[in-house]
Amino acid sequence: MSKQVRTLVLTGFGINCDNETADAFERAGASADRVHLNDIIADPRCLQEYNILAVPGGFSFGDDIASGKILANRLRYRLGGPLSSFVSDGKPLIGICNGFQVLAKMGMLPMVNGTFQQDITLTHNDSGRFENRWVHLTTVPGTKCIWTKGLERLELPVRHGEGKFIPANADVMETMRDGGMLALRYCLHDGEAARGDYPANPNGSIDDIAGICDPTGLVFGLMPHPEGYTERTQHPRWTREKLPEEGLGLRIFRNAVEYCEGMRR
Amino acid sequence: MGEPQAKLEAADARHVVHRIEVGMKRAMIDPVGDGVKARIADDLGIRVDEVRVIDVYTIHADLTAAELDLVRRELFTDPIIQDSCIDAALAADYDYLIEVGFRPGVTDNVGKSSVEGAADTLGRALGPTEAIFKSTQYAIAGHVNAKQCARIARDLLANDLIQRWVVRSKTEMTESGRDGLLGLPIVTERSSSEVQAIRLDIPSDALVSLSRDRMLALDLGEMLAIQTYYRKPDVRERRASDGLPLDPTDIELEILAQTWSEHCKHKIFNAEIEYTDESGTTRLIDGLFKNYVKATTDEVAKRVDWLVSVFHDNAGIIKFDEHWNFALKAETHNSPSALDPYGGAITGIVGVNRDVLGAGMGCRCIFNTDVFCFASPFYEGAIPPRLMHPRRVLRGVHQGVKDGGNQSGIPDLNGAIVFHDRFLGKPLVFCGTGGLIPATIAGKPSHEKAARPGDYIVMCGGRIGKDGIHGATFSSEELHEGSPATAVQIGDAITQKKMADFLLEARDLGLFSNITDNGAGGLSSSIGEMAKGPGGAVIHLDRAPLKYPGLAPWEIFLSEAQERMTLAVAPENLNALTALAKRREVEATVLGEFTDSGLLECRYDGALIAALDMDFLHDGVPKMRLKATWYPPTPQPEVIVKDSDLITDLKGVLGALNVCSKENFVRMYDHEVLGQSVLKQFQGVDHDGPGNAGVIRPAPGSKRGIAVSCGIAPKYSDLDTYWMMACVIDEAVRNLIAVGARLGSIAGLDNFCWPDPVESEKTPDGAYKLGQLVRCCEALYDFCTAYDIPLISGKDSMKNDYRIGDTKISIPPTVLFTAAAIIDDVSKVISMDVKQPGDLVYVIGDTKNEMGGSEYLALRGQLGVNVPKVDAKKARALYEGLSQSIGRGLVASCHDCSDGGLGVALAESAFAGGFGMDIDLRAIPAESDVIALFSESQSRFVVTVPVSKADAFVSEMNGIAVTLLGKVSPLEVFRITGRDGVREEASLSELKEAWQRTLRW
Repeated sequence: MSKQVRTLVLTGFGINCDNETADAFERAGASADRVHLNDIIADPRCLQEYNILAVPGGFSFGDDIASGKILANRLRYRLGGPLSSFVSDGKPLIGICNGFQVLAKMGMLPMVNGTFQQDITLTHNDSGRFENRWVHLTTVPGTKCIWTKGLERLELPVRHGEGKFIPANADVMETMRDGGMLALRYCLHDGEAARGDYPANPNGSIDDIAGICDPTGLVFGLMPHPEGYTERTQHPRWTREKLPEEGLGLRIFRNAVEYCEGMRR
Repeated sequence: MGEPQAKLEAADARHVVHRIEVGMKRAMIDPVGDGVKARIADDLGIRVDEVRVIDVYTIHADLTAAELDLVRRELFTDPIIQDSCIDAALAADYDYLIEVGFRPGVTDNVGKSSVEGAADTLGRALGPTEAIFKSTQYAIAGHVNAKQCARIARDLLANDLIQRWVVRSKTEMTESGRDGLLGLPIVTERSSSEVQAIRLDIPSDALVSLSRDRMLALDLGEMLAIQTYYRKPDVRERRASDGLPLDPTDIELEILAQTWSEHCKHKIFNAEIEYTDESGTTRLIDGLFKNYVKATTDEVAKRVDWLVSVFHDNAGIIKFDEHWNFALKAETHNSPSALDPYGGAITGIVGVNRDVLGAGMGCRCIFNTDVFCFASPFYEGAIPPRLMHPRRVLRGVHQGVKDGGNQSGIPDLNGAIVFHDRFLGKPLVFCGTGGLIPATIAGKPSHEKAARPGDYIVMCGGRIGKDGIHGATFSSEELHEGSPATAVQIGDAITQKKMADFLLEARDLGLFSNITDNGAGGLSSSIGEMAKGPGGAVIHLDRAPLKYPGLAPWEIFLSEAQERMTLAVAPENLNALTALAKRREVEATVLGEFTDSGLLECRYDGALIAALDMDFLHDGVPKMRLKATWYPPTPQPEVIVKDSDLITDLKGVLGALNVCSKENFVRMYDHEVLGQSVLKQFQGVDHDGPGNAGVIRPAPGSKRGIAVSCGIAPKYSDLDTYWMMACVIDEAVRNLIAVGARLGSIAGLDNFCWPDPVESEKTPDGAYKLGQLVRCCEALYDFCTAYDIPLISGKDSMKNDYRIGDTKISIPPTVLFTAAAIIDDVSKVISMDVKQPGDLVYVIGDTKNEMGGSEYLALRGQLGVNVPKVDAKKARALYEGLSQSIGRGLVASCHDCSDGGLGVALAESAFAGGFGMDIDLRAIPAESDVIALFSESQSRFVVTVPVSKADAFVSEMNGIAVTLLGKVSPLEVFRITGRDGVREEASLSELKEAWQRTLRW
């Protein structure tokens, strides 16, 4: 089993989706270790032993000041170099919910200029409140994202108070659009564009954006929780609809694992 | 104006002070500000044009100008959406500015996190006296005056107990700049570290005054017992030779008061009660706990084989499967929530999380439950002094539980919000938590734990401050004029999350031998309890880490500052434990060690300041002797008139506060984190129908699940607490049966909240209230044993009264019954929404004339007469048949009938599924259509069954009160035919709207 794809799932300081995120990677065929941030800071070389890195959801540092901000700074100032190397080695990285907020605020996403510079933000939902609800999503045609390969439509839960996607300016948006960096959009239940309508677009995100990737397609950030739908009984309508045993969210994790397996061959 | 402006005292400021202000760019919308604007309109009736929110970080640290700008830019400001400035006013285009900040010593979570963030950004840690404080500005534009702004600050934005606020007009700001805004909230008040001896050789009336003046909440009998102890020759001799005064020291008296408090000792539940029932027969009950609560579990334990640890730990523990055990606990946090709804509630939820974290060798929290009781948020009467409007209490409590649960990453699984006028006097805030633990850890059963003599006492987590001093004794009294503000705390979920992660890691490494939480009574309670095993402890209070200097030794020992756990650590494990703590940035401090001396000893700077016999401390409290009496209430006339058509009545009941949708509140709780959700609170085609019980699948790879429900019905208490309790148990059980659970796999928790039942001058009807308690306990035993439900844990809160001046408000006697069942296979559970047109609609169970306490009568201002009763034998047979039917896959949907009766259950099932119903009420042998639709008879369900399975279903039910009412219709129309043959109808959207409108906030 030494060839197995190894995943590092970050934990500590209020990250709280680490268990189910690790479980999702294991179901997808990888091994997963939950590693405390301070253990990585103490020995950043440990990152080299892993093929995939996940920054899970949660409330890092209580989302005090702004969601993900303090963890973003800690990663950028204390682990910026090793994280850059991880990605430049061609290894996939995912940030889910709070993890996406962290990657956005440290400048790891969308990384349009190749440096840690914040070009987008995720801020308070237009509703002004934290909400847990399921949303319909559609993948953006032509996206470079390796994580969403083969997916067109899926439902996932969102659970956030600060998920409204805002780009710094039109240039950033254009670069992202042209570069295949827009990955996931909120949509209506029939797949039509949400056009900002609440609650299909649960937070008022510009252009209904729910997830983006970096120019390589390897670094992926999304507000919905794919690890929240890895099996049928997690779906809110499983008691009334025929659904596959495996939840569609698992496809996202399997894509990264298969990508890594393909790299090794 | 409310608050004298806190000028910065030069003496407090040891470092340079700067303000960084951050706000949304002008072109951006400000959702937080918009929310405040809406609440100002909704709650206070004041219209303003705009509210913009500005975050203020007051930096009390020696930073260079470059450093200051670095943290402004890189830490505090989001460059995409925000503007910021240093030592200047950011607010523009406003008429008034309100700034709100914490009082000195109040937990400032954002301030604390900011210090950590600054360290990363600056590349160096701030010094020990350097700090960052968070406050918030609200820039208000519109036609408002200073008086209205003061009201907005006082009644909406700030709580005077924990916060300071200031209102400034635009002109004032222009003229005097930031002078006069809030200064540094630094604790300057210091208690003397000197320990005082307190004379006890005083007359009885002086003993009573002493108890009251020091907030000991001890009665004369208890004070006399303490007096007697200090007169004993052997005690005097020991004290003389130890160099202690012969009189008690202040800390000893405080330890005794808190250990003996009603909150910790449950004196009323252990009292000897002389009970006279309605027939005039008097009998002696030697302890309600022993004779009813524990007796229930002892009896049921003969028939179930999954009890692991009941009553003696922080939470009850039962078997989940071969590998895992499951812990469950619920607590109340009523008094603190009355004073500060947000702080009281967040402290309640993170507090009960610690109970579960401290159960056995430490359980991982896997879900929360929350049940609140308030007066109507639409209350229009006067608010008595020191109380808040119920709407404000509701918002604050909800926000506190939401933040505590969400930030801790623990999903909300089940809950309720219950309304009754008399909760104006005290809101009830029940917080529950479930946990999972491997059955064995390092080869040992995980529920066994013991400190040994020589083990170190290690406190870990947060630091100690003056917060929460006297919490245990405070909750053992009614809310009065002098109720202390220090009893209020604010939970810090992230400090606790860090600690919980660390403790579970340490647990799996086998680094401690015992664990318990610091809740009521603080260290005094946790160490006092843990020392029972080894038989003593020595604590060095000067070694305890403090939030700020200036705490008296007794304050250190009794403080209920949050986020702390106490461990017993064997000497050989100490280094490994402290090293792990350091790596996880969790403070862990050795405070002393466990001994076998038979004494609880405290030292400060080496000197002995307290030495109490463990036996006296734990067993010395005199048993209370109380009188109880019960007689049925004088019946009030019950007038059931059909004053409008049935559909109009149904819409009215659907919109009643106790029935209507609470979805907006529940959506704000994360109810899916941990990824184990199977049945969520809201179900059906649009995820908005009210579920019966929450179901989770907590162990990856296993099909087993846990279903959790609750029952609560204070509205029946004034009629008869016996049947109130019976209904409450039945409701919790029904909710579990409805999803597919079985009798014999259900465990229960009883949480009593009572008005003071001790007869006294201030409570002349105490004997009756105690009689109500006795009857309630009788029902608890009768129905739990009938349904085979062991009580695995519980709690009581016995002083839920408000008394200031001539106003006294006592809550209606209330019991929350939390029930949990282990489910063998979660893929067989069912939801409450109808599934397809053509399915047959049945009501299961008998509908009787039991309108007493019903929502229907309450809407007409009546209490009624006939309280619903439970026939346990009949219900048991019915539940067994239904569990069997659901297990065999015969049932498409099942919903229990509770508040509002059959009509509500039918309508909810229909609109949740998106299909109408055709219902014929003539099938129900009731006296009238009103009774058929709105009576709240217990043990009933609305069930839909596919036609192809109907025969099998009816035969599985053995013909037990199964009544066919009609069928699911393909149209989105709900039709009922009454006794007169007249058909009435409403669209599903109309009914849903009636149900959702009331609390759509």
